Amino acid sequence: MKNPYYPYPVRIDDIVVETEDKNLKTFKFSFLNPEDEEKFAYRPGQFAELSVTGLGEIPIGIASSPTEKGFVKFTVNKVGKVTTHLHRMKVGDIMGIRGPLGNWYPWENLKGKNVVIIGGGFAFTTLRSSIIYMLENREDFGDIHVIYGARSPGMLLYRDELAEWEKRDDINMHITVDAADDPDWKYNVGFVPTITEEKAPEADENTYAIVCGPPIMIKFTQPVLDNRGYGHDHIIMSLENRMKCGIGMCSHCNVGPVFVCKDGPVFTLDQLNRLPKEY
Amino acid sequence: MKCIKIDKNEWAGGLEAAASTYRLFGPVKEDEFYEFKALEEGRAPDAAAMAVRNTRTSPRSVVYPQAEVLFEYTTDERDPDAHVMKEPEREEKPRAAIGIRPCDAYSFVLVRNNFESPEYQDVYWLRNYEETTFIGQACHDPCSTCFCTTAGCGPFHEEGLDVLLADAGDHYAAKVLTDKGETFMKAAGWGDEIDFPDEEWEGWKTAAGEKIVSEVPTDRLADIDTLALHDADFWDDVAFSCINCGTCTYLCPTCWCFDIQDENKGREGIRYRCWDSCMFPIFTLHGSGHNPRDAKTQRVRQRFMHKLKYFVDRYEAGIQCVGCGRCVQHCPVNIDIRKVCNLMNSFGETESCSVA
Repeated sequence: MKNPYYPYPVRIDDIVVETEDKNLKTFKFSFLNPEDEEKFAYRPGQFAELSVTGLGEIPIGIASSPTEKGFVKFTVNKVGKVTTHLHRMKVGDIMGIRGPLGNWYPWENLKGKNVVIIGGGFAFTTLRSSIIYMLENREDFGDIHVIYGARSPGMLLYRDELAEWEKRDDINMHITVDAADDPDWKYNVGFVPTITEEKAPEADENTYAIVCGPPIMIKFTQPVLDNRGYGHDHIIMSLENRMKCGIGMCSHCNVGPVFVCKDGPVFTLDQLNRLPKEY
Repeated sequence: MKCIKIDKNEWAGGLEAAASTYRLFGPVKEDEFYEFKALEEGRAPDAAAMAVRNTRTSPRSVVYPQAEVLFEYTTDERDPDAHVMKEPEREEKPRAAIGIRPCDAYSFVLVRNNFESPEYQDVYWLRNYEETTFIGQACHDPCSTCFCTTAGCGPFHEEGLDVLLADAGDHYAAKVLTDKGETFMKAAGWGDEIDFPDEEWEGWKTAAGEKIVSEVPTDRLADIDTLALHDADFWDDVAFSCINCGTCTYLCPTCWCFDIQDENKGREGIRYRCWDSCMFPIFTLHGSGHNPRDAKTQRVRQRFMHKLKYFVDRYEAGIQCVGCGRCVQHCPVNIDIRKVCNLMNSFGETESCSVA
């Protein structure tokens, strides 16, 4: 029997400070045992438990794409005990990764479809994974739109990559900030729902929206998508809840009869409409 | 019906013999009440212990200890395996639960649904469960709070047991149910096979069943809309007196929620899991401070919805309750799962009747 609680040992290979408030760092890990990388085969939208001896585990979305080989990446917001310690760790330190866990964005159904990614703040991690994955498999998808907002230019994640994607003609980038004091800011200014209203393509049977962000963004974006005619089975979301086991056993993260960790974190809005709002 | 006759004079000696092969667990006196615990060498449960109907906490700890080490590790950087998790060594001897009541034994059958899914197997729980032999004891004289007969089992229920003992005065009549049970009987040296009259056994069973006076109706639970039941207007009333002490969840044989924590002593450490309770606000507290179940009513509702609706929805194995009645006996504010189950099961009934 495989022990689902066992974290694969990993080494921190690189740490990048992502945001101007220094509260978000991206950690790049390599597996100490190369065969573990194969066992960790994942799909964009899944998460893993990052394990630090003596402190515990935290569930974090996988920010790298399965098309990127030799490493896995996670962007971690400094919040509690484990993440604060993680932010103090250094390149070369050994820790653990347990997963991959949960389901993924429905790539099987998204084949041949137009995809509109709507992200806000630091929830952009699994969306980065998804964008890289789609660009690597570009012929599998129709039009790709990305609406991504943060409080200020310095709070956007993966800024170098955003700039590169802006230059491409096979992906429509709509980067926005709530406010910018930088006179050279050349992208949008406005909240994500407003930019969604302006830039999101009209809904049709072949267009799916993946929405990931803080509750306030989701609250105001959903009516916009409703107005534009997006069916609730065409709106895909990713949930968060307090988790421990990540495999549907400890019962911390249940929302009605489903577990966010095992049956989710990805749900369609249609599915969420039939569940209690306990997330 | 074939039974093995165990003379009560041979009870302690048999268990002593079995103890060379098995780690024995059974009802043990702790102050004024009994707990289901590891038996000290040579300490077979006596007549008083075997007469105990409900141990205070359920015997779930035989398979699922209150705290269990998942991994050991060192943080000593000089060790090449620093920060790498290692499974602790396991005790080789299998376990046997002596005198476990049929409802408590059946609880493991229900709980297995949680710990074994097509995708994941909880190796700790499953190994403990597989290596345990359940020597059950039928209830001739159930408590007034028992409602097992409408909660999927009963005082002579066999599912989940390897041997079922019935008290026949100067001896136990042992019905051996599985190969595991047979192996245990051999290890105990009990082999006096007798032809036990079926009608006497059935008579006991019927008489015990008739003594159970309280019931939970469950027939409508599966068909009621989950979200509508979640939003029912009675939850504030149900939760009104609750003090969120968590007693119900700690005594329950079918509650399985757990937490995982690390603990260091110097450079050595363990990752362990321990029982947790959905009654506590921190159970669902996010790192951001947001708490999806920050109100008492939400947590009380979670407990009952999980046991009586979500479990029903998910596994088609009935309710996540065996009717032992511990939570009814020990709730400090008299919240009664039987009443709540009744409320839930009859949800929407009056409306649909009036419409009809």
